[in-house]
Amino acid sequence: MSGDAPRISGSSVVKLARGVRLREDPVRGQTVLLAPESAMALDDIAVAIVEALDGKRSLERIAADFAEKFDAPVARIAEDVETFIHELAVRRMLEIVE
Amino acid sequence: MRTSVTSAGDIARDIPRAPPPMAMLAELTHRCPLACPYCSNPIELTRANEELSTEEWIGVFRQAADLGVLHLHLSGGEPASRRDLVELTRAAVSLGLYTNLITSGVGLTGARIGSLADAGLDHLQLSLQGVSPESADRIGGYQGGYERKMAVAAWVAGAGIPLTLNAVCHRENMGEIDAMIELAIRLKARRVEIATVQFHGWAERNKAALMPTREQVERATRTVAEAREKYQGVLVIDYVPADYHSRYPKACMGGWGRVGLNVTPSGRVLPCHAAETIPSLSFENVRETSLAAIWYDSDAFNAYRGEDWMPELCRSCERKKVDFGGCRCQAMALAGDASATDPVCIRSPLRERLTREADALSTTQSAGLIYRGR
Ligand code: SF4
Ligand code: SF4
Repeated sequence: MSGDAPRISGSSVVKLARGVRLREDPVRGQTVLLAPESAMALDDIAVAIVEALDGKRSLERIAADFAEKFDAPVARIAEDVETFIHELAVRRMLEIVE
Repeated sequence: MRTSVTSAGDIARDIPRAPPPMAMLAELTHRCPLACPYCSNPIELTRANEELSTEEWIGVFRQAADLGVLHLHLSGGEPASRRDLVELTRAAVSLGLYTNLITSGVGLTGARIGSLADAGLDHLQLSLQGVSPESADRIGGYQGGYERKMAVAAWVAGAGIPLTLNAVCHRENMGEIDAMIELAIRLKARRVEIATVQFHGWAERNKAALMPTREQVERATRTVAEAREKYQGVLVIDYVPADYHSRYPKACMGGWGRVGLNVTPSGRVLPCHAAETIPSLSFENVRETSLAAIWYDSDAFNAYRGEDWMPELCRSCERKKVDFGGCRCQAMALAGDASATDPVCIRSPLRERLTREADALSTTQSAGLIYRGR
């Protein structure tokens, strides 16, 4: 039995694990990421990142696409993506596609 | 936003308007093939013919979704004892509710788990009474229960439903926490929830047999901390430590009437599963009153909202925003007063006596188990 957590890097392709889903919450006027025993209210950037986890693009690719779309420095966006993805990974909310 | 309401005693109280509820626990039935001595169901179990019908439950789910509930927990008793479980699941999912089944596994077959997956069940929590057939079946009071659970875990993994393993720990199995965590990984669970026994319901009768010792509690805390580090990113470990051995009480239910609500098998709506142990409160039923009216306006839900009800000890304490004065049912059980400071709080005048009692109970020899009624 290995206790090693799967490594996630810029070249990883990930998607939301089954049982984790994005939902509109009309009563509170927000978007939430639902998982067992947790409901995370997301800001617009986080929603955009979650929606970009299509199981096809790597995290680097996603950051580069955002940088182009929002005309922002890729390094800063890559850092945002990485921080958020790490948080989701620790909570077992992601599935690593490759 | 604050609204002033008049309570039964005709004293105007300032009660902050509650936020919408996040979670609902639907106790579909009290029927259960197991007989765990720490079962949190009330001593007076609801009979099958008093249970809400399929249509009534679906109506409650719809009201809950409209009210802002995001997570729905289908629980019991054993929810698989309801023949309409798949239908209820499908209805809940179609309302957008994140639907979680809390089950002992007994009563589930591979085919039924397949149907639950097709119905869109988001997550399943499987209770574990022990890590070996002998210990699990002794605590659950059900022969073959352990074996069935292992089969259920495999079917759940096969159907792709995310799995959490739930275990209640107490004096008899406190040393098995390591093994529970390893079993969870073997069964491909993503989470394990290990909660120290709370002395409500049937557990109260088994206090002498179940109360962990101080050494056990300390060892468990270390074990959990080590395992969390070791399995980071592999397994999420939720651990609820023993009340009696902590300094401060827990924010029971995230605060009375703040986060969640419970619906009993016959439709009574409670702020927490043990709330009916508070004799001064009466609870309304979804058969007569809407869920929204019960949540926002009922006396029972408003009884311990805000701070006006608090004893001075809590009102002047900065932790009141963290633990809300602790558990009301525990205050009732141990202090004889539901609006007292939770006696497990280190600041409570009752705490010293409680610690002595817990220490004495935890070293009581050969206390036999009293099983839950079926
Ligand atoms: S705690 Fe045990 S007896 Fe009580 S409902 Fe759960 S499985 Fe059944
Ligand atoms: S005095 Fe009351 S508010 Fe303060 S820690 Fe104890 S229970 Fe919590």
